[in-house]
Amino acid sequence: MDDLLRDFLTETGESLDLVDAELVRFEQEPNNGDILRNIFRLVHTIKGTCGFLALSRLERLAHAAETVMGKFRDGMPVTAEAVTLILATIDRIKTILDGIEALQQEPPGNDGDLIAQLGVLAREEPAASQADFGKGPAPTPADDRTGEELTTEAHEPPRGAAADKPASHSIRVSVDTLDRLMTTVSELVLTRNQLLEMVRRHEDSDFKAPLQRLSSVTAELQEGVMKTRMQPIGHAWQKLPRVVRDLATELGKDIELDMHGAETELDRQVLELIKDPLTHLVRNCADHGIESSAERFAAGKPRRGTIRLGACHQGGHIIIELADDGRGLDIPLIRAKAIASGLASEAEIAAKSDGEVCNYIFSPGFSTAARVTSISGRGFGMDVVRNNIEQIGGTVDLKSVAGAGTTFTVKIPLTLAIVSALIVEAAGDRFAIPQLSVLELVRVGGDGEHRIERIKGTPVLRLRDRLLPLLHLKEVLRLGASEGDEGFVVVTQTGNQIFGLIVDSVFHTEEIVIKPMSSKLRHIAVFSGTTILGDGAVVMIVDPNGVAQAFGRSVQAALAGAPEPKPSEAVEDKVALLVFRAGSPQPKAVPLALVTRLEEIDCRRIEISDGRHLAQYRGQLMPLLRIDTAAGLKQEGVQPILVFSDRGRSMGIVVDEIIDIVEDKLDIEVASQRPGVLGYAVIKGNTTEIVDVGHFLPQAFEDWFRRRDVSAAQPARTVLLVDDSAFFRNMLAPLIKAAGYRVIAVGSGADALAALQSDTRFDLIVTDIEMPEMDGFALAEAVRGTSRTAALPIIALSAMVSADAIERGRAVGFHDFVAKFDRTGLIAAIKEQSADLDVAA
Amino acid sequence: MNDSINLVDYVTFTTAGQLFGLPIERVQDVFKPARITRVPLAGPQIAGVLNLRGRIVTAIHLSNRLGMDSAAPPTTPMAIGIECGPESFGLLVDAVGEVLRLPQSELEENPINLDRKLARVSAGVHRLDDQLLVVLDVDRVLDLGVELAAA
Repeated sequence: MDDLLRDFLTETGESLDLVDAELVRFEQEPNNGDILRNIFRLVHTIKGTCGFLALSRLERLAHAAETVMGKFRDGMPVTAEAVTLILATIDRIKTILDGIEALQQEPPGNDGDLIAQLGVLAREEPAASQADFGKGPAPTPADDRTGEELTTEAHEPPRGAAADKPASHSIRVSVDTLDRLMTTVSELVLTRNQLLEMVRRHEDSDFKAPLQRLSSVTAELQEGVMKTRMQPIGHAWQKLPRVVRDLATELGKDIELDMHGAETELDRQVLELIKDPLTHLVRNCADHGIESSAERFAAGKPRRGTIRLGACHQGGHIIIELADDGRGLDIPLIRAKAIASGLASEAEIAAKSDGEVCNYIFSPGFSTAARVTSISGRGFGMDVVRNNIEQIGGTVDLKSVAGAGTTFTVKIPLTLAIVSALIVEAAGDRFAIPQLSVLELVRVGGDGEHRIERIKGTPVLRLRDRLLPLLHLKEVLRLGASEGDEGFVVVTQTGNQIFGLIVDSVFHTEEIVIKPMSSKLRHIAVFSGTTILGDGAVVMIVDPNGVAQAFGRSVQAALAGAPEPKPSEAVEDKVALLVFRAGSPQPKAVPLALVTRLEEIDCRRIEISDGRHLAQYRGQLMPLLRIDTAAGLKQEGVQPILVFSDRGRSMGIVVDEIIDIVEDKLDIEVASQRPGVLGYAVIKGNTTEIVDVGHFLPQAFEDWFRRRDVSAAQPARTVLLVDDSAFFRNMLAPLIKAAGYRVIAVGSGADALAALQSDTRFDLIVTDIEMPEMDGFALAEAVRGTSRTAALPIIALSAMVSADAIERGRAVGFHDFVAKFDRTGLIAAIKEQSADLDVAA
Repeated sequence: MNDSINLVDYVTFTTAGQLFGLPIERVQDVFKPARITRVPLAGPQIAGVLNLRGRIVTAIHLSNRLGMDSAAPPTTPMAIGIECGPESFGLLVDAVGEVLRLPQSELEENPINLDRKLARVSAGVHRLDDQLLVVLDVDRVLDLGVELAAA
């Protein structure tokens, strides 16, 4: 593209944003001559440049707008309609500019409509006695808001009175130039450091004094160059007055946007990234926060709502505060919604403070808005806002007072180019880990309090109340096998995942300048960049996200234990677990609901036949199985046994001792690949193996799964089991299989529909109700809505069977409701439903 | 001196016993690489990254890149600095020789039986009095992507 045209596009784009903001101000202060002159000048400049570049369409539009602006200047009353029309014109100009950018010439089109309307407006009689703007006085001192804004915008291309003089205070410099300058300065700093090191070795050096001078000059230079990358946050705010004005008009509300601290500077890269989340927050305040004028009046508040946006520096961070004086969050509604969407149980919610409850609005898919307006609820939720802010190492918090308003506090780092990093060593090499993702450092091994434990070779660490999955950085980077368990664990958080990285040693933290990765290395996900340390060496920057990916499955599972409530696991609430020991000293557990009885059998009654242990039990021979080959049978005394029965047949699992029955939340933290083990969980502070009973059933009776009540001639019924929790899928699928059905288990409503689409063999659906995205009700509706599957019986599984839910379930077409742990009830329901099928067939 | 138009200056160097040449205008500098940081998971072609006057240079093992066995790695390797867009690369070689000015007309095509890996990055061969000089195409040498994908 032509340089001239490019410059024009950049400049005009910036000018238009200013016009937007100025117009909104102007509407509020129609008597402010300064603002009017600014707008007039900006529009005039656009018109002039268009003419010069032969962009006739733009020129005609700008001209029409300028004429109306001229009438304002001559005293025509400023009406909301007139401003709306001019804003519409500016939008059209922007559209044309976008077209020019894409096509490199004016896009075809006709602006006759707007020009005609502007013409009508301009022909209206000017009101006789408007204030004399031409030589109007400067804003009165009382109007300090205007004064403040004008000073805050002093960094902008000059305008107002100063604008008539040629711009000489600022020049345009390309970002590339600045980046190169930055590199050069970094090199200067390194050279200085080397010199300092050399001089330090010679006590009485003549170089000392000049070097000190060089040192301080270098520091100043570095700081200066860094500053050139900084921009006032006001740049990210420019569009907001327009956004709020448009929203207010659309919603019929009266809203004022009050901005202060616009001069607060931050790195331009951060500025770009913060723009969208901020805009969304402001939209949210205007849409959900501020009430309608009537409501406000009734509540004894001023009719006009205020959104205050402020920014200030605090240490290496910038704090942005966004406050509205609206109705505040509806805390009871959020509590109810959090329970309904399965984010937390009723008891958990009750225990939470209002402040904690507020944070649920940042959960994915959470919206308390009863209706989806055109303003919010467009798929860009508060979870995205939080994600975007966290991605650049920021945080967002909120406080809400019912009836008095909501305040969001966003804290973001000043710059992304320079971050604080922890320098660690693994396999003799140094690496940098961004401090932002480091939660804490734990020393392990030696005589320390912490040591690494292993579950079948998988290293884990007990850290307070959780089980932390560990990874050797050395192994992730394939720099050799780990030997010994001494070193440091860098507890790292990315998103909701927390894991520990084992490193050999930890040096110090250092402010590092992030350099982009070489294009030849960009495919290595575990690194996010390179940097040069103070001693001149290059080190790789470890990306915790990339490491987490390398972690794969185990971290996914560990997610369930992360503090962020994960819907699928939280729903399960408390489960009665039978904790026992068998073979290894590590405790094991099974859901109590699966166990028929606990027995103690006299060892003398245990027989060995065909290499298998059998015991006489209630007149039958019951096979006894060992969970662990290491678990031996007792030679004398009594042998504790867990008995599992199903329709007259029983099997026993031999255990060393039964420890306890506990009611606890079952969060499987580390999934297992080992057959017979579902995974590991922390139960009462101990790492506990969760035993997969389904694995042992067929070992007792080879035909356990083939046995069925229905006659063998009949083809097996196929059940589609839908549950978002892998644990329940693993637990229920064998049970249903054991009852003589074929089972296909899927993890979501969407997967279920896909399975139904591609496979016609299903006879029955068993579905969980509480699932993220598509819940059981929605799934049932979808199934009923498709003619081919409309008649399929659906059995609903629920952790909470309330009369309400049953009523709703009947309405959407559930045939039966079974509580999640009612094993017998489920099998009975399946049998009943498939029996109906037989009759129907 | 019409001939001068057709003369090309080559920076020459040896690696794995073979003499190579690069057109001088593509060579930024020749330096002794110091403190190379190895990059885990990067593959054998990448020797690591290093700091050259504040720029981060990606060092490429030329012999590995060309699939040639370097019998004994030299105690003091040298690096040929190359700029490619905004990035800097260093080709690690065993030794750097003199700059040779050779007529373009004498550059011969690759022998058809030349090793495929080498043929892909070679722009031709010069017959010198005592040995052969393989002229490298820098851009193809730096195009690791194909090899990586094929590997």
